[in-house]
Amino acid sequence: MSTLDSTREFFRRDQVWPFLAPEQADVNVDNQVILYVEGLNLSFDGFKALNNLNLYINDGELRCLIGANGAGKTTLMDVITGKTQCDSGTVFFGQNHNLLNKDEAEIAQLGIGRKFQKPTVFEEQTVFDNLELSLKTDKRVLPTLFSRLTPTQIDRIDDVLKTIGLTKQRFMLAGALSHGQKQWLEIGMLLVAEPRLLLIDEPVAGMTAQETERTAELLTSLAGERTVIVVEHDMEFVRSIARTVTVLHQGSVLAEGTMNQIQSNKDVIEVYLGEGEGGEEAAQTGASA
Amino acid sequence: MTRLTAWFSEGRSTGKHTLPFVVILLSVTILASAANLLLPADSMFYVSTYTITLLGKYLCYAMLALAVDIIWGYCGILSLGHGAFFALGGYAMGMYLMRQIGDRGVYGNPLLPDFMVFLDWKELPWFWLGMDQFWFAMLMAVFVPGLLAFVFGWLAFRSRVTGVYLSIMTQALTYALLLAFFRNEMGFGGNNGLTDFKEILGFSLQADSTRVALFLITAILLAVIFVISQKILASRLGKVVLAIRDSESRSRFIGYRTDRYKVWLFVYSAVIAGIAGALYVPQVGIINPGEFSPINSIEMVIWVAVGGRGTLIGAVIGALLVNYAKTRFTAIMPDAWLFALGAMFVLVTLYLPKGLMGLYGQLKAKRNSVTKKESQA
Repeated sequence: MSTLDSTREFFRRDQVWPFLAPEQADVNVDNQVILYVEGLNLSFDGFKALNNLNLYINDGELRCLIGANGAGKTTLMDVITGKTQCDSGTVFFGQNHNLLNKDEAEIAQLGIGRKFQKPTVFEEQTVFDNLELSLKTDKRVLPTLFSRLTPTQIDRIDDVLKTIGLTKQRFMLAGALSHGQKQWLEIGMLLVAEPRLLLIDEPVAGMTAQETERTAELLTSLAGERTVIVVEHDMEFVRSIARTVTVLHQGSVLAEGTMNQIQSNKDVIEVYLGEGEGGEEAAQTGASA
Repeated sequence: MTRLTAWFSEGRSTGKHTLPFVVILLSVTILASAANLLLPADSMFYVSTYTITLLGKYLCYAMLALAVDIIWGYCGILSLGHGAFFALGGYAMGMYLMRQIGDRGVYGNPLLPDFMVFLDWKELPWFWLGMDQFWFAMLMAVFVPGLLAFVFGWLAFRSRVTGVYLSIMTQALTYALLLAFFRNEMGFGGNNGLTDFKEILGFSLQADSTRVALFLITAILLAVIFVISQKILASRLGKVVLAIRDSESRSRFIGYRTDRYKVWLFVYSAVIAGIAGALYVPQVGIINPGEFSPINSIEMVIWVAVGGRGTLIGAVIGALLVNYAKTRFTAIMPDAWLFALGAMFVLVTLYLPKGLMGLYGQLKAKRNSVTKKESQA
């Protein structure tokens, strides 16, 4: 009887087998949370890079991650984007996409864009080509071979060029850009792909004060429509953009809250300055070191 | 189909060298052919059949250089085993030509090639079946190298083997095939290979007209492959390929499955090498395991390096020049050729990292800046 039941269950006509069902492309954010990171552990040769890390990012939020070197900020981004496999834990994008069984390309196509610490653009190609490559399109081999730029896509690239202020340099080789411009181009490559979630590693490193200001403006304007996670050492910059700040320490979350809460948080002060000292000013310099 | 025509008619830049290259290649070919067939042997402009065959051989090498350049110059995969694909294409053609001999061989066996009679084999091995059909043999000439490239590339690129490790693996691949094909039991004629061909599609291989026709076909196919490759590399796929060369991880993070791109480009390159091999064999009249030797594959890389990698035209020019130099050099000082080749490679690597095409670009840039200065003065 049970065989019959299981056979019936197997051949149910009102549903398809899971492997035949089209994977739900939309990201389910019914609970207002776009990224669930739970119980993440990762060790390299005994060194615990991530230690039972829990992190929830709300949809449309702008979140800053801070922490000393080796706190696990970049490692966390590596795990989210599929570059590094973790030992245990779960990472979900929305409620329905398990990121841990996907590779880098799949995760990128889901709408997670990443900017690296060191600007990496395709130096031998023009600014325009760099953006064209990053467009949100079918990225399989044959469609790419036969693809043509549609007017909508060209407009999209033009818009982004305007946003990142590289309209004049559009036909220049990306390798000939200045460091700050490369940073901008890389941000532009993320924007043109229309991602849901942006992971941005040190966006203002090597930028002038003016450029930094413009970057801050851009990132704040993105939040709401898209979700942005920024890793940054420049406390001044974090203060100018952040609504919520998460402090990482030795691979787990130490504190979370607004910038002012963080700076008066006892644990944070202790970790950064050792016992006995305190004060907002000191926490600031400590965290930026 | 409309998509295909649209793709071809679209105003993508196909490189300004394409049209001049095709025109020069085809006109030289046609002139040389006409001079061979129409002029009397004592005329000043007569081109000997030996020269025609030599030129045909060079064009096969040029096609092979194109294959190496597509994978190395554009995608950064240094294959030191492209000789394997070339030789496999050549063996497919050789098997067809062997079957065409029929009972005119030394032993007069209507079914078995001479070397099988000599080895006292009673029947044709299964992989020789169907090779008497020209279309089937040609299909195999592209299919076998393509399949080998697919399997090899799928295994290597999915495991993310890159750089010098990949080069060593390709080298090992061609060396393993060299050893395998040396064995008589393999059924490919052992170290003598396949030779003593009589005719192709019923035309005698010794006739001038057949030789000229083969030369013409080689030139036309080279032009076609050149244009198609240029088109592919100018499409967005070409841009992705360059992106993979320059920063593979970045390409992955913007959503491209780089391993698949690399596999298909590798297969495309191997198929071109196979076609070059199939055209080479009827012109030189022999295919033996020596074609698998690692040295050959390294020589191909030198052709591309001399001509200028990353430009299709550079690969063709490099292959033609180095092989012309080889023909000359081995006639004058046979022993010194390998030293000359080595010296050429060292000099090019040190002083012309972008090859002759890079030198041409530098000279042009210099001239432009000079004329600019003059116009300003």
